[in-house]
Amino acid sequence: MTAVLETPAPSVRPEVRSPGLGRLTLVELRKLADTRAGLWLLIIIALATVGTSAILIGWAPDEEQNLEGFFGLALLPSAVLLPVLGILSMTAEWSQRTALTTFTLVPARERVIVAKLAAGVLIALLSTVAMMVIALAATALAGVLGGDGGFDIPGSLIWQGAAMQVVFILMGLAFGALLLNSPLAIVLYLALPMVWGILGGTISALADASRWLDINTTTSAMTEAGMTGGEWARVGVSAAVWVLLPLVVGVVRVLRREVN
Amino acid sequence: MITVENLTKRYGSHNAVNDVSFTCEPGTVTGFLGPNGAGKSTTMRMICGLSTPTSGSATVRGVPYRRLGNPGREVGVLLDASAQHPGRTGKEVLTLAAMTMGIDSKEVPRALDRVGLNTVAGKRRVRAYSLGMRQRLGLALALLGDPAVLILDEPANGLDPEGIFWMRGLLRDFADRGGSVLLSSHLLREVEAVADRLVVIGGGKIVAQGDKAELLAQTGTLVRAADPAALAMVLDRAGLPGTRTTDGAVVVPTGSEVIGRAAADAGLVLLELRPAGSGGLEQMFLTLTAGDSVKEAVR
Repeated sequence: MTAVLETPAPSVRPEVRSPGLGRLTLVELRKLADTRAGLWLLIIIALATVGTSAILIGWAPDEEQNLEGFFGLALLPSAVLLPVLGILSMTAEWSQRTALTTFTLVPARERVIVAKLAAGVLIALLSTVAMMVIALAATALAGVLGGDGGFDIPGSLIWQGAAMQVVFILMGLAFGALLLNSPLAIVLYLALPMVWGILGGTISALADASRWLDINTTTSAMTEAGMTGGEWARVGVSAAVWVLLPLVVGVVRVLRREVN
Repeated sequence: MITVENLTKRYGSHNAVNDVSFTCEPGTVTGFLGPNGAGKSTTMRMICGLSTPTSGSATVRGVPYRRLGNPGREVGVLLDASAQHPGRTGKEVLTLAAMTMGIDSKEVPRALDRVGLNTVAGKRRVRAYSLGMRQRLGLALALLGDPAVLILDEPANGLDPEGIFWMRGLLRDFADRGGSVLLSSHLLREVEAVADRLVVIGGGKIVAQGDKAELLAQTGTLVRAADPAALAMVLDRAGLPGTRTTDGAVVVPTGSEVIGRAAADAGLVLLELRPAGSGGLEQMFLTLTAGDSVKEAVR
């Protein structure tokens, strides 16, 4: 090459501005439901939630058939399954190699990660709203069928429930980012806390630590109204270990990993 | 416009890409040639900011890829047509990209149509696509943002002869309208038909680059004799190193007159004596990169 023609850098055209976080979050929300796996997971969560209401109406004592009862149980299927959607959101980019397209269109990977976390939190909140709708319908039906049908529910239970959904989907996203492999992340997400729970339950020396670090135990307080400060602290500590730690390591991993 | 300067990528002690420099000018198609594992894909991934170079740099339209605000509107990239979620429909893949780039989703059917995928194909999941259809979808994705630069890694893989012909026309047209195209392939003949410039890479290093016509002219003379053994002796005596082609001819990196005289002096009957052209480039390509591809295959 002999000479380089110096041309001034083209001014930024409006359409070449980076996509905003809102737009990226919408894209990530859409990606949660536009694959067969994602769509079916959402359908199964909805069916399982309706199933919990049906079980209560069919077999629970009449006095338990109120909004508080329905809502408390309705949270469980999504608390277990929604994090799998979070895991897939992170891992599918690598397992299905869509990271190649995603990061070519948005080279600032941290923006994609933030959008994925935001989409996860949004779907957790949306799902809580949907659970509430299902619980309301079930309560009305129970009232007609002779159950309690009471619509009284402590406010704390609602937002504790929402917080629990958020904690678990963030944990799923964190495990997904950490492991970047769908089957491995799903298995470890389900198995590790369980193993830790069993260890904490059987080895007395671990019992104290387990009360603070076993996320399944600490979050069970969230399904009962009126959590105490101590219970919140335990949720916070266990979430730091099971959510924040894997998330930080996972984000660093996604930012550094070669895409191919 | 793509500028690559001294790009190097080292994995441990292995140099996947070693001091690679070239440019792709607007209005041209640059063929990026090399056997599998020569470093083509690694170079392209570094250009697109997907892989961090050990040293050196690359810019697209004067800007490092990662600093392009909305790269999809400036560069169309197709690095691997198989890298799509099998559970998504073709139309959905493009819709997501359009949303990301801030393009009206009405462009999506048009983009599908441009690459020869009809509405029915757009509604099918990528799982059901043949490799050729995936390449077409990948091209639609690359062209969606109306870019000025195209970076395509082996886009002809899996296309049928009609598809390859169609793609050549599309790329030629894109370049003729002022676009820059970087097109990789491991088959010389595939890029020869459309490229204006060639960059040949082997074992991570550039082994030849330049204007296609110039490169083809510099590749020497092809000579075939009635008695190949005698020809080998004559060439040897004249101090002319040659490489045998698969069909018994010899490519000699020199003009035809020198060979003709040597043969005449020895009273040798020649059946062919002509510029080697692409045959010569292919021969050079094979010689320069021989062994590398085999090593890569089992690495």
